[in-house]
Amino acid sequence: MAAGTHYLPGLTATNQPSVQTSDDAAGYYELGDKIVDPHAPTGPIAERWTTRKFENRLVNPANRRKLDIIIVGTGLAGGAAAATLGEAGYNVKSFCYQDSPRRAHSIAAQGGINAAKNYREDGDSTYRLFYDTVKGGDYRSRESNVYRLAEVSANIIDQCVAQGVPFAREYGGLLDNRSFGGVQVSRTFYARGQTGQQLLIGAYQAMERQVAAGTVEQFTRHEMLDLIVIDGKARGIVARDMVSGEIETHLADVVVLASGGYGNVFYLSTNAMGSNVMAAWRAHRKGAYMANPCYTQIHPTCIPISGAHQSKLTLMSESLRNDGRIWVPKKVEDCEKDPRDIPEEDRDYYLERIYPSFGNLVPRDIASRAAKYMCDEGRGVGPAIEEQQPDGTTKMVRRGVYLDFADAIKRLGKDGVEEKYDNLLDMYERITGENPYEVPMRIYPAVHYVMGGLWVDYELRSNIDGLFVTGEANFSDHGANRLGASALMQGLADGYFVLPNTIREYLADGPFEKIDESHPEVKAALDAVNERVAKLMSINGTRSVESIHKELGSIMWEYCGMERTEEGLKLAIEKIKALRKEFWTNVRVLGSADSLNQDLEKANRVADFIELGELMCIDALNRRESCGGHFRAESQTEDGEALRHDDEFAYVAAWEWGGDSNEGGKPVLHKEDLIYTAIELKQRSYK
Amino acid sequence: MKVTLKVWRQENAAAQGAMHTYELDGVSSDMSFLEMLDLLNEQLVTSGEEPVAFDSDCREGICGMCSLMINGQAHGPEVTTTCQLHMRSFNDGDTITIEPWRAEPFPVLKDLVVDRSAFDRIIQAGGYISANTGSAPEANSVPAPRDKAMRAFNVATCIGCGACVAACPNGSASLFMGAKITHLGELPQGQPERWSRVVDMVGQHDHEGFGGCTNIGECAAACPKEIPLDVISQLNKDLRTALKNGH
Ligand SMILES: Cc1cc2nc3c(=O)[nH]c(=O)nc-3n(C[C@H](O)[C@H](O)[C@H](O)COP(=O)(O)OP(=O)(O)OC[C@H]3O[C@@H](n4cnc5c(N)ncnc54)[C@H](O)[C@@H]3O)c2cc1C
Ligand code: SF4
Ligand code: FES
Repeated sequence: MAAGTHYLPGLTATNQPSVQTSDDAAGYYELGDKIVDPHAPTGPIAERWTTRKFENRLVNPANRRKLDIIIVGTGLAGGAAAATLGEAGYNVKSFCYQDSPRRAHSIAAQGGINAAKNYREDGDSTYRLFYDTVKGGDYRSRESNVYRLAEVSANIIDQCVAQGVPFAREYGGLLDNRSFGGVQVSRTFYARGQTGQQLLIGAYQAMERQVAAGTVEQFTRHEMLDLIVIDGKARGIVARDMVSGEIETHLADVVVLASGGYGNVFYLSTNAMGSNVMAAWRAHRKGAYMANPCYTQIHPTCIPISGAHQSKLTLMSESLRNDGRIWVPKKVEDCEKDPRDIPEEDRDYYLERIYPSFGNLVPRDIASRAAKYMCDEGRGVGPAIEEQQPDGTTKMVRRGVYLDFADAIKRLGKDGVEEKYDNLLDMYERITGENPYEVPMRIYPAVHYVMGGLWVDYELRSNIDGLFVTGEANFSDHGANRLGASALMQGLADGYFVLPNTIREYLADGPFEKIDESHPEVKAALDAVNERVAKLMSINGTRSVESIHKELGSIMWEYCGMERTEEGLKLAIEKIKALRKEFWTNVRVLGSADSLNQDLEKANRVADFIELGELMCIDALNRRESCGGHFRAESQTEDGEALRHDDEFAYVAAWEWGGDSNEGGKPVLHKEDLIYTAIELKQRSYK
Repeated sequence: MKVTLKVWRQENAAAQGAMHTYELDGVSSDMSFLEMLDLLNEQLVTSGEEPVAFDSDCREGICGMCSLMINGQAHGPEVTTTCQLHMRSFNDGDTITIEPWRAEPFPVLKDLVVDRSAFDRIIQAGGYISANTGSAPEANSVPAPRDKAMRAFNVATCIGCGACVAACPNGSASLFMGAKITHLGELPQGQPERWSRVVDMVGQHDHEGFGGCTNIGECAAACPKEIPLDVISQLNKDLRTALKNGH
């Protein structure tokens, strides 16, 4: 078959479908059929979305009232969708596990949101944002999806400004913007260091307006524990009322998962404590494909870990890299010194040295690995921490590099720096007890974002009919790596503009057959959840949920973290299998199931993290190439840069649940070829 | 370091609560206050006692989920959220009292967890700008004066934590409400609904059972985001104007 001919008629592909010759994960998986995106658009890239919006059928306003939509998640993706679909007149039921939709994890995003507005006349355009995003993602995202994202980005800013989001402004009252890692234009809009908060409050307020209007019903402190599938269609969810403990079923014509990412599989990450994979994983077990699970973004600028008590890691927005300079001492013996006593000539500004054209603004995966190498070499700074080595021995290592604001303070003054970054520097001081205006900050990479997620097509449909997935919970737009300020963009693009237009096409087939609580599939799903909860409550072993989560996290970080090897991944899979057994025979969950029980909530989540962790390792093992957030030590250039293998791996790995691995089940790998027509695949270089 | 904790334990909304005392050793001064509670919970699980329920999510001072009255102060002795309070603010051997937010409109659900959904209902009453998706004009077509935009931003930083209510002897939510009124009222986009917004929000506030403001100022002193007291003057001014004009 010639590349792309079957679904992109009239267009010339720039690459051939890849043929995998290596098989590192042989024995751990089954190979399934290839898949294609059944709704992939055709025609010139710039017209695809406009054409699709026109072609998708409409739903008459009188019929919208009769259609029920469940949306799980109230972050940017879910909140924006609830507001928009509510305005359109559908019946929306919105779920989140926090006490208010306003607290979704999106609130923590600091740096900013991209949009191709070209307000600076510095050469930006929809096409450039599209190009940067595909290249930044190491050519592992879908061309059509990314183009659409770039295209609607400008509308997002308009929408948010109209809602009252207080973006930074210039003296004339017009919007200000700045640049972010991996790009050379200024296209990032921001609200000091609290962009996510302000965007989320905008979406939340729009959603609350619909709650008042009666189109959106909100279920807070409700956690989705399973998906209800009837006749091959998603028709509802099983959720636990986290206050009364009651397990309830909620039915609808269509289900949208906007449940965020699963970085907490690593235990320590920049994610909120409650962020979990349960909604997505339960859907996976009901048949939805999980795509590219091994792509984890490690963020270069987090506050280094301070000790074993730590419950999460705090990000320092990478916008700080615009003005802060990153360095380590040239000499190992200087690492213990007060940094202010180390003269200029003894400092190694390694990013500026190795990557002169991007300097401190290289993409996240490159900046992160470079920091790791400096510390591996023994030139890290800050307190030495005991680290477990793969062979079981321990070693003391300093895990930190300097992010220095001295030059910026000279240039902008302390006030100038404070105005630009205010709460970020204060937050650093609060957490570390050190004043960053006087002593350079210390930073180190941490798990931050996952590019993997449930597989969706161009219409944001999963492979289960009637199940849509948006935001960080899906996989489609970022490839193997995500550039800064583009997750917020994707969340809002999906929520405000994409989903409302694609869901119409599905709903136009309505009205759907009515189902009620007495349907056998509904009862079966409810019973299964009740059984699982009862099982968790009854094990009554000796290990706390927390300790098992910590153990999983250390396996994942050690073997499936910043650098992965065949040997390490195989070992990790065995360790995870053993941990899973340990969990189901020896976990201890106290309290009762019919009341607020945070231990039980956590146990449910950790059980799924363990299964996901195993799949992440299998996916990483299969992909014997280095790209973006996935670095296989076996695949690097002579000077240590990531080496991609487009001939073997230019595909999306969509995994189908193949049964319990402790009972011999194996996941099934479906490959979706990535065929490019607008962009030519190139090795990424930031030198 | 070692601390003695006096913690409010309450089975559920209907149950009678009581203070329990726990001794906790091995606390590091680098721990956040919540990590210290994690340590307590780990100890409780080991000994077979149900862990203490408390709310938190982001643990970086921005989601507003954490609460806690610590030694009688909302969020404890420093002007920050509980998750950003660190044990270096305490001394070895201290006795620390931990209670939930106390205000009638915030009923206790369990231990230290309270129900703050009244805040959502205040927002539903008018704390937004009506701008349907897709109908927005080009963002730069409506410039916003920088000083006004700055003020709007400064008060938009409210995280909805409820410390202001917990600190107020009258249980008033005027600081929370004033922050939203001022945020939206400072922006050109917020003008069309300015007067109905304030009347409706205040109506809902009173309906929820929050108390009236008597200018004591405990709210602003406890607010982790340093929302200034003058948002309440703004609230009152807008309310007066609205009522005078018959809204
Ligand atoms: C510290 C930090 C800083 C960041 N900074 C930036 C930045 O500057 N720019 C940028 O572009 N991106 C940034 N990101 C990434 C970005 O914030 C996230 O990727 C994005 O907000 C995800 O949005 P979402 O709507 O998909 O999901 P989330 O905001 O994570 O929302 C998930 C929702 O799902 C709900 N939920 C989850 N599971 C269940 C369940 N089982 N049942 C019921 N409800 C459930 C939750 O309650 C929540 O409402 C940052 C991320 C972090 C951690
Ligand atoms: S005004 Fe301050 S104390 Fe009150 S809810 Fe907002 S942030 Fe919390
Ligand atoms: S946990 Fe989010 S503000 Fe404290």
